[in-house]
Amino acid sequence: MSSRNAIFSKIRTALGDVQAKADYPDYDSAVLHSKPKLEGTPSEAFSRNFTAVSGKVMNSLAELVVFLQENGQTRGYCDPRLMPEVGNALAAAGLTVETAYDRSRYEDYQFGVTRATGAIAESGSLILDDAQTSDRLAALSPWVHVGVLRESEIHRTIPDAMAALGPSRNILWATGPSKTADVEGILIEGVHGPGLQLALFV
Amino acid sequence: MIDHQLIDTYAREISEEKQTSVINGSAASTDKRYTVLFKDYENPDELRKLAAKIKDHTLHHLDRYLEQAESSLQRNGVQVHFADTGEDAKATILSILKERGISKLTKSKSMAAEEIHLNPYLIEHGIECLESDLGEFIIQLDDDVPSHIVRPIIHKNRREIARTFQREGIATDYNDDPETITRRARVFLREKYMQAEAVITGGNFISAESGRLVLVTNEGNSRFGMAPSKVHIALVGIEKLVPTDRDLAVFLNLLGRSATGQQLTVYTEFISGPKDATQPSGPEEMHVVFLNNGRTDVLESNCREILRCIRCSACQNVCPVYRQASGHAYRATYGGPVGAVLSPLLAGKEFPELADLPKASTLCGACNEVCPVDIPIPDLLLRLRDKAKREKIHSPGAPPMSPFATLATSPSLWRTAMTMSKAMNHLPIQVAPVKPLQEWLGQRTLPEWHGGDFRKWFNNRSNKSKQP
Repeated sequence: MSSRNAIFSKIRTALGDVQAKADYPDYDSAVLHSKPKLEGTPSEAFSRNFTAVSGKVMNSLAELVVFLQENGQTRGYCDPRLMPEVGNALAAAGLTVETAYDRSRYEDYQFGVTRATGAIAESGSLILDDAQTSDRLAALSPWVHVGVLRESEIHRTIPDAMAALGPSRNILWATGPSKTADVEGILIEGVHGPGLQLALFV
Repeated sequence: MIDHQLIDTYAREISEEKQTSVINGSAASTDKRYTVLFKDYENPDELRKLAAKIKDHTLHHLDRYLEQAESSLQRNGVQVHFADTGEDAKATILSILKERGISKLTKSKSMAAEEIHLNPYLIEHGIECLESDLGEFIIQLDDDVPSHIVRPIIHKNRREIARTFQREGIATDYNDDPETITRRARVFLREKYMQAEAVITGGNFISAESGRLVLVTNEGNSRFGMAPSKVHIALVGIEKLVPTDRDLAVFLNLLGRSATGQQLTVYTEFISGPKDATQPSGPEEMHVVFLNNGRTDVLESNCREILRCIRCSACQNVCPVYRQASGHAYRATYGGPVGAVLSPLLAGKEFPELADLPKASTLCGACNEVCPVDIPIPDLLLRLRDKAKREKIHSPGAPPMSPFATLATSPSLWRTAMTMSKAMNHLPIQVAPVKPLQEWLGQRTLPEWHGGDFRKWFNNRSNKSKQP
């Protein structure tokens, strides 16, 4: 018997004994909402919650330029479609901006600017969807990731964002920088992915 | 020598250093969980009751949901495999790799893979298989096994890790600063990611409706492992299904908070197939291997509620036995309260080997109180004690309960024993030649015996209250 048949047959035998099978519960996803997290407008809530998970909100291109320069992150990648809105300004400020991500030089990219297709106010998460992320690696290998976000694309709650997942093959909710507490429970940011997660509103 | 229970023996022999790491680590996680749940919700209890209902419904209709998940996954372009045993799963994974000539891969943390000992098997068959979760990476370097579901190296301290890195050439010098340790792993592992041809992951949930596989990590290791790889293989227990995408929100809200006190885990990834055509980075091929490995036996047992488990580790963190003994004391992949139930059940014919685990508990109930899917763990422990008793399995060190059972089921014997035991107040029982008694009294002073006094008082009291 194939494993598939064996498993299904064992499940059916096992369930033969279950007298009262549980019904699917009727529930309203609003029970999942965290009221304190949702206070304020979606963009206020997003900024507050994103900051609480160590994210940094950039309200203008000028602020981003200063931040990158102060942190010595002067060389990076920008999604070519975001050059007019973001990349050109970074280049004009003297930063080195590449529009093709070359995997063999992954260590060269100190920042990566990619499109965030949305965000979740309640949790402070950025949403990266495969169809609109120019390169997953460009959002992952640099120390700084800048998710470029439009205010109108912020979902208020987690269930709202879940309902709007869409057809993309891969969707990421990134809630803050990559982190670990494996060593003695001490929080360290920037394990494999970015140590700094930025959201830039355009 | 006194015959102790095996967990007890382990707890006595564990180094103070290791015990301190486990106690501090688990206590901190319990505090964080409590704080975040009660800050965010007025009544977090209703959420876990809801989660329990969704899981029970799914498990009671598992055949239907597994079939639905299979067709949803296939519709998304995922190749679906079934593995009735651990051996089947290992052979399936190896043949996927061999057929494609793959010899290098990274693996992100998966308890199912630990359960079937996938890593050593692949390495034996010539595949370079590198753990990418920081904790699991250190476990692999040390040829150790994880002692906690979420924090595999909770039993190690920074000094041991720094020595390991130096010994294994991850670093040329000794440095036990946690940040330096993490950066060194970062540099070492990203080179490996870039060379890997495949990635193996577990799976936290699969929505039967959409076939979305949900993977959560804080480090981003599964996402990094996937980005340069051509092939993604996910090993997923058949109990990991939920009916719809909407239900995922229920479990994601509970998982992060229960595990690490986070509202959501940092990297929450919804994967429904190989990468999009326009995306340069990501697997071109995706496989899901559904693993049984004894889960249907658990489903058939009177402990099926344990299959609701979402592997958050809250029960391990809160358990006084786990904290004292560490996860290794359980001698199985799953330790702590969930392990005391799940491990003996998954052991199948080897149940007697682990039948002592459910006995090593005071049934304090803390594990149930923190469980995000409301598993009645103390009840399940009792059911497994009963199973061991019926199957006449004796575990070393477990006290014989039959004299007590005889006493407790006979009111006259009980009364006599209560009164007779007053003799203890006048006898030097601490020198009685009964070793467990000597040991127990070596650390405690018994109060004066008042056996029978309550009954006398109660009878007198009810007589008085009947008087006009």
